[in-house]
Amino acid sequence: MLERAYRSFFNPVDEALLWRGFMNRLLSDWLGAVENRPAPTYPAMNVWMNEDGAIVTAELPGIAPEDLDIAVVGDTLTVSGERKPEELQEGETYHRRERGYGKFSRAFQLPFEVEADQVSATFKNGVLHITLPRAEADKPRKIAVKTA
Amino acid sequence: MANETHDLQQQEVQKQEVEMQGAERTREQVAFIPRVDIYETNDAMMMVANMPGVDENNVEITLEKGVLTIKGYVPPTQFEGYSLVYAEYREGDYERSFTLSNDINQEAIEATMKDGVLRLRLPKISPTTRKIAVKSA
Repeated sequence: MLERAYRSFFNPVDEALLWRGFMNRLLSDWLGAVENRPAPTYPAMNVWMNEDGAIVTAELPGIAPEDLDIAVVGDTLTVSGERKPEELQEGETYHRRERGYGKFSRAFQLPFEVEADQVSATFKNGVLHITLPRAEADKPRKIAVKTA
Repeated sequence: MANETHDLQQQEVQKQEVEMQGAERTREQVAFIPRVDIYETNDAMMMVANMPGVDENNVEITLEKGVLTIKGYVPPTQFEGYSLVYAEYREGDYERSFTLSNDINQEAIEATMKDGVLRLRLPKISPTTRKIAVKSA
């Protein structure tokens, strides 16, 4: 039941829109502050970039690092995991319940091929940082102009 | 049940900003209302609050006139040589207050912080039931 509660499948339409938004952003927003966009699914992600790669961050409070799975294939990053519900004993009752729990999975497409072997991730205070270096073959090459 | 979980997780994608009530914040950074679970056990009230980015040194818990306030400060993220190109969430501090009932032992509140989650244990005042012996006249 819990598994079905999340949009754990890859949605090509959403991802295509996301991709377009991402590219528009790259082209038009270099100078201004980055405006917030609603996340299509959990978790919300922020992306930092330079010419050598990207750092993707996500807030995942209360998720044990061993319950997190990070995978990179080509230019697509997938983050999935599970937040376990609090284990209540018999006779214990909720007064308020605002935190979500269960499984989630999100695929995120980057505008470059990732050097999968060199991806690293840290998880601190419930915040995930994933460093994704750009594949050497994908980097722009400088072409020297020879004089004839 | 499944739908409820789904909605919770969907809502969690959006953070709710603290609305200004009278006094303004001195810090320029925005503050969010942390999502909390509160449950009652036999001998205590348990409070669990999501405050990603906050460590045990950046959390402040105060209790004044029966009002419990939790605050968490988040140092802004910066990556040397990188620029933020796409954002779905904002960073900010956390702030929320609760009125406590009188049957909480306010001296014995315990707090722990792990993986961006604050856990508070608010022990109830142990029931003072006294057995009254009945003497025969």
